[in-house]
Amino acid sequence: MTEQQPDPKKILFLNRRAPYGSSLPREALDAVLMASAFGQEITLVFLEDGVFQLKKQQDPSNIEMKNFSKTFGALALYGVESVYVEQRSMEKRGLTLDQLLIPAKIIQSSELGALLEEQDQVLSF
Amino acid sequence: MILHTVNRSPFGSDCLQSCLDIATIDSGVILIEDGVYCALANTELTELISTALTRHKIYVLSPDLQARGIADAVAEGIEAVDYAGFVELCTQFDKVVSWY
Amino acid sequence: MIFSLAIYGAPFSSQSSDTAYQFACALLEQGHSLHRVFFYHDGVYNGSTLATPPQDERNIPASWSQLAEQHGLDLVICVAAGLRRGMLDATESDRWEKPSHNLEQGFTLSGLGQLIEATMVSDRMITFGN
Repeated sequence: MTEQQPDPKKILFLNRRAPYGSSLPREALDAVLMASAFGQEITLVFLEDGVFQLKKQQDPSNIEMKNFSKTFGALALYGVESVYVEQRSMEKRGLTLDQLLIPAKIIQSSELGALLEEQDQVLSF
Repeated sequence: MILHTVNRSPFGSDCLQSCLDIATIDSGVILIEDGVYCALANTELTELISTALTRHKIYVLSPDLQARGIADAVAEGIEAVDYAGFVELCTQFDKVVSWY
Repeated sequence: MIFSLAIYGAPFSSQSSDTAYQFACALLEQGHSLHRVFFYHDGVYNGSTLATPPQDERNIPASWSQLAEQHGLDLVICVAAGLRRGMLDATESDRWEKPSHNLEQGFTLSGLGQLIEATMVSDRMITFGN
């Protein structure tokens, strides 16, 4: 650990892209892990196609990519427990909570605004 | 209070809609790059934009309007700013959230 | 006020690095400080010294480099995202036994921690998405 320990910041990661088609989701997750190593107070929000990142049963072995979705399961060990999926994004895509890899809280878009306002910074991916 | 940036055209992306669904009252929106097409008057978005203007201040980046030939077609109530104005807005709001 | 910028778009492909560059110039003109510009995802290509646009067009990597020299800016390319996409400095080129390196002057390769540190210490972190 570094010598100086400034107060942790509230950082929200806003994830809006589907996995594999773009590398942004994987790169976002790397940034989340780094932020947790820095001891920051992290919130993850999955919105629009971003909710597909949490789908169970991902297996990109036949497209020769790494299955980064396994890392979501380790987030709790890194102290990242505040995970939200936006309700309408889930409904539109026919997804339910039991199809997701990790426990996530459903949030309405109207509540999401307040959650964003509470943060020190918001990083969009 | 948040300043949202939107850089995608509303005719092929959910950026504007998602941003407006989430933005709390009095937060700001600045339209940049292809996001400036959100500012066009007389489109199917006219109602969405006029409703949004009752809740938010909406700005548009003038060099991007000019580049796209739509500087004279901006919906009433949307304020054009240059890069210096964009920077000033970032200081006036508490944080910036990007929709792209 | 202290700003940091995160850039995710490739130059000449997406407008995001152009917008970020103009934004950076404007904030510096107003006397704000720019703590760091962090290049991630396809934004890492902003650091290629081999970019060779026609002479009557803007050269984005060279523009960043000049701005960095004038203002002492910290232009950081994520090393993991950069190496994947072929952005190497002399040290990495040696380490991986590559025939050449291509990092524009004024840019450095460093870890993702630089993005998080910038997010922590800056008053405003502005993302310029692709």
